[in-house]
Amino acid sequence: MREAISQALMEEMERDEKVFIMGEEVGVWGGTYAVTRGFYDKFGGERVRDTPISEMVIVGAANGAAMAGLRPIAELMTINFAFVAMDQIVNQSAKLHTMFGKQITVPIVIRAVGGGGRQLAATHSQTPDVVFAHFPGLKVVSPGTPYDAKGLLKAAIRTDDPVMFIENATLYQMRGEVPDGDYVEPIGVSKVQRPGSDVTLVAYSKMVQYSLQAAEELAKQGIDVEVVDLRTLRPLDMGPVIDSFKKTNRAVIAEEGWRSYGVGAEVASRLYEEAFDYVDAPIRRVAQKEVPLPYNRDLEQMALPQVGDIVEAVKGVL
Amino acid sequence: MEKKELLRMYREMVVIRRLEERASELYQQGKIGGFLHLYIGQEAVGTGVVSARQPKDRLLTAYRDHGIAIASGIEPKVAMAELLGKETGCSHGFGGSMHMADVTKNYWGGHAIVGSHLPFAAGMALADKYNGSDAATICLFGDGATNIGYFHEALNLSKVWDLPVLWVCENNNYGMGTAVERASAVKEIRQKAEGYGMANSRVDGMDVLKVYEATTEALKYVRENGPYLLEAMTYRYQGHSMGDPERYRTKDEVTKWEENDPIGIFRKHLIDDKVAGEKDLDKIDQEAADEIEEAVEFAEESPEPTFEELVNSVYVEGVG
Repeated sequence: MREAISQALMEEMERDEKVFIMGEEVGVWGGTYAVTRGFYDKFGGERVRDTPISEMVIVGAANGAAMAGLRPIAELMTINFAFVAMDQIVNQSAKLHTMFGKQITVPIVIRAVGGGGRQLAATHSQTPDVVFAHFPGLKVVSPGTPYDAKGLLKAAIRTDDPVMFIENATLYQMRGEVPDGDYVEPIGVSKVQRPGSDVTLVAYSKMVQYSLQAAEELAKQGIDVEVVDLRTLRPLDMGPVIDSFKKTNRAVIAEEGWRSYGVGAEVASRLYEEAFDYVDAPIRRVAQKEVPLPYNRDLEQMALPQVGDIVEAVKGVL
Repeated sequence: MEKKELLRMYREMVVIRRLEERASELYQQGKIGGFLHLYIGQEAVGTGVVSARQPKDRLLTAYRDHGIAIASGIEPKVAMAELLGKETGCSHGFGGSMHMADVTKNYWGGHAIVGSHLPFAAGMALADKYNGSDAATICLFGDGATNIGYFHEALNLSKVWDLPVLWVCENNNYGMGTAVERASAVKEIRQKAEGYGMANSRVDGMDVLKVYEATTEALKYVRENGPYLLEAMTYRYQGHSMGDPERYRTKDEVTKWEENDPIGIFRKHLIDDKVAGEKDLDKIDQEAADEIEEAVEFAEESPEPTFEELVNSVYVEGVG
């Protein structure tokens, strides 16, 4: 997936001179996750800008540059640092267009890496994606496959709206089919990643991979699971989820973040509101336990949702 | 400076004063809601700074923004309509007192989270530099904003990247009700620029011509060398916002500053220099008052924005 994201950035920078990258260690270092390796040599320091450790001004100056007509990609080393820049993201990026009566547009992409499972302890392991999805005005995208990562990042760079593009660090090593050349996947469109007829399994980002693994296991036991990937948390496309649910009448939602007020809560509510007549079993949620993630490897894994938890939840709705 | 320009500046300052006085009345009548921060007493800074800019130079300020809005070229009736939350307002009635902008006049708002617009200024200056323009970005803010992290991150970045930003601190002696010396480790705000190796100076913000000259020089410096911090010493005659009990300052202090009224100083200068007579200036005063009355009428008669417009303004592409 790292390569897919890197390709999207490279192709968009080649396509449009207004696109540039700014963030901590994106240039000379080559990106802390090596996503922008080689960019500094190819595009130079004007378009691949190393910044001080100043998240507020990284997002803030990118907002300003976007208002002035450039298309900045502001990279936050991890999504946990987005909290330092929260005012710029939720009070500024999300609101400037509306608050000034549409005369200002903010075509910024904020790239942020999140997720747990790397023994980085509580402040560096979060999956706070729903926090950003709470705010009208932002688009929140989080891909679960390399194919979608490339196509959605290109769409994010091209849209005139501010986009929070959330990557999962443990997916960088993931392999998958990515076409050469230009293609764009639409923001705000959910996608069936695996067809099935017995249970609707809704997920996004890393949980798409876990859900596909769970579906394989369940298939061996004769249970046919349909995996729907949300891909975008805002605007949320419930269409494919509801279509699937009307067919299966049973649903499980898997997310890496905490259960309370989460994606599962939102999707389940909407299913009850919009497809109540099709409910054959209580909808179940798989999510992170309600604790700050610990450093200890075993305890961390106990707190994070696992493939086995998804398998159990699916069986629970049958 | 030509007589015509001097009289235009005088007229602008009076228009700002009348607009604010009428806004205060309309607020008390309940026709203006939310917060209302008046610019009365600080007119020389807005008019002096903005008169020195070229059309290509971008302009931003904080939430005490009506004066800067007028100085940027927004018509008083459009500003008044925004105060009344009308569709004809510069921000469509969605921004209100604290969020006026007109990007066609290169005026980028009106920002109400203290310090939040300082990074915008850095980013805009970066965009102009990136595009090979020699435009400068002028960013005004209050003394209170120099104690928030934004100020320090933005000043540092502007110096590290040599961005063409003119930082203008309107030091009116109080961040809300807290005097500068009770909130800032250094007495002179301009000293904070020293920490970033940035050129700086202080100017009498009650004298519009001194502000104009200082800004002209500072902008020249910015275009040739990079960022600069200008501190303008000024005073607001009204409270921080409407309903301020003003327990933090004495009547005598306010009276002392009022004797130094920026419009009075400029008026005396124009008469002493024989640029205009009392009658000429009285006539301008009357014209300004009439224009504000017409602005109120226009605003009151203007339609309200619709909910549909609001919903359609959340995203450029699609509705979320």
